[in-house]
Amino acid sequence: MKALVWHGTTDIRCDSVPDPRIEHERDAIIKVTSCAICGSDLHLYDHFMPGMKSGDVMGHETMGEVVEVGPAARKSLKVGDRVVIPFTIICGECDQCKRGNFSVCETTNRNKGLADKAFGHTTAGLFGYTHLTGGYPGGQAEYLRVPFADTTHIKVPDGIPDEKLLFLSDIFPTGWQAAVQCDIQPTDTVAIWGCGPVGQMTIRSAVLLGARQVIAIDRLPERLSMAKAGGAITINFEEESVVERLNELTGGKGPEKCIDAVGLEAHATGSVDSMYDRAKQAMMLETDRPHVLREMMYVCRPAGVLSIPGVYGGLLDKIPLGAVMNKGLTIRTGQTHVNRWTDDLLNRVLENQIDPSFVITHTEPLESGPEMYKTFRDKQDGCIKVVLKPGTNGGLHA
Amino acid sequence: MHDVVRRTALSGRSQSSHDKVARGLGYFSIALGVAELVAPGAICRAAGVRGLEPVVRGYGAREIATGVAILNSHDPEPWIWARVAGDLADVATVAAGVQQDNQSRSRSAVTLATLAAVTLVDLACANGLNSEKGSRKTARRDYAGRSGFPQGLRAARGAARDFKVPDDMKTPELLRPWDEAKGGRRT
Repeated sequence: MKALVWHGTTDIRCDSVPDPRIEHERDAIIKVTSCAICGSDLHLYDHFMPGMKSGDVMGHETMGEVVEVGPAARKSLKVGDRVVIPFTIICGECDQCKRGNFSVCETTNRNKGLADKAFGHTTAGLFGYTHLTGGYPGGQAEYLRVPFADTTHIKVPDGIPDEKLLFLSDIFPTGWQAAVQCDIQPTDTVAIWGCGPVGQMTIRSAVLLGARQVIAIDRLPERLSMAKAGGAITINFEEESVVERLNELTGGKGPEKCIDAVGLEAHATGSVDSMYDRAKQAMMLETDRPHVLREMMYVCRPAGVLSIPGVYGGLLDKIPLGAVMNKGLTIRTGQTHVNRWTDDLLNRVLENQIDPSFVITHTEPLESGPEMYKTFRDKQDGCIKVVLKPGTNGGLHA
Repeated sequence: MHDVVRRTALSGRSQSSHDKVARGLGYFSIALGVAELVAPGAICRAAGVRGLEPVVRGYGAREIATGVAILNSHDPEPWIWARVAGDLADVATVAAGVQQDNQSRSRSAVTLATLAAVTLVDLACANGLNSEKGSRKTARRDYAGRSGFPQGLRAARGAARDFKVPDDMKTPELLRPWDEAKGGRRT
């Protein structure tokens, strides 16, 4: 089959690789009908996340049709089922899964020893996201093997386009969780850093959950225009001071809820501290560029909440924990507990409360995936979200 | 719209022609740096300058460091600009060290012409890499019509206010805002 394969820093190719097969009785194989490139895939593309090996298949936002089911997965799946695959692989049986903390499933990371060393304790296995999280082949491919398939799936009805459902795999529940864990009150101002795909979903989630005002921060006009369309007040950090503007919009008190939808690759030349971080990264003295974290900690209203859906990978420098401590801020973060939210979110899509396909700017055949990685990373061509269609040819531009 | 804004990667690849040139410059930097470290005398003679062997060795170390950085960076642009700065230092060094005899003068002239050509390649590469990054200059699209709310923004505001936030994500009672309108109860 064809798949997008990581070969090294910024080097992804569409290669022929062996078809996946059932390896365990809880496995299933799906024929991929749509998959997407996630912003967190760019951390692998740029090789900021450790644990990739040449030959790894990329991708963790995938949906398709079940074509083969292992005997132990047949109680909940059958050939022909239409499924979205959450990016977190879950057993459904461990203590964390039973509590709904699916992203820290204790069972599914087959490289538990590595994760124990890196993070202290293991997290869930993830599709196509380094050997620290199991080294499972990803879904930017024609077929995907789904381990623990009896629990690792979201069944979706026929008759609705893939584009409305695909993002249940990651960015929609990720944006939703980012807003939910802020426990938004009708009097709250919610500030969201980053208007990429997760930022856009977070904006919509905060609007649906009833925030008094939602403020979105980015520098790219096309992303800010999409944020504004979703109901946000926008701040272009290249044109005005984020801190001054946020204080102005909140009567000098700062936003109650701050959400980091940027993560470890903050714009490298966007601020002095980011340039400092970039220089330290180049010398391997720091892994991430936490400009957004610093700004959130500084500007957030005392007793406020910092929500961090943005991905961080390792060791961060110059974190103003004094501001966090003295202002009594609450930090909530983590990979998304996808299946905790998807029943509710699927209903919201079916009820036309939200149509997540708004974020798609490019639809391309799988074979164009490598060049779309660069287009997405460099934010060219107005690119915000790329959907790839295995088994199609030619221009499918959205 | 798509014929206005170009894509940057080579067809079927995740890298652009400028990325490829940058990698080539990275390897070139390392090769030149090794030559400058190992045989600074020969490099000085070829360039028509004398007595600058220690300086050339230093430049060799610089070239190797830059080359390694280019090959290991996801974004080689700053390092290509570092090469441009190095090129200017090289030009200044050769220009200051030109000897008066004809053979040396002609060697220095060839060296300066070569350095000028390499500088142009570096400049073109750095500019090309810079132009591939999104900015106000490259943005061409307006997504003002993409609210994502089929029933409109007004209907969407607060439509999920009845959502039950799980207990583990709730703000503690004492941190909730005070609501005077509700007679001093917390929201």
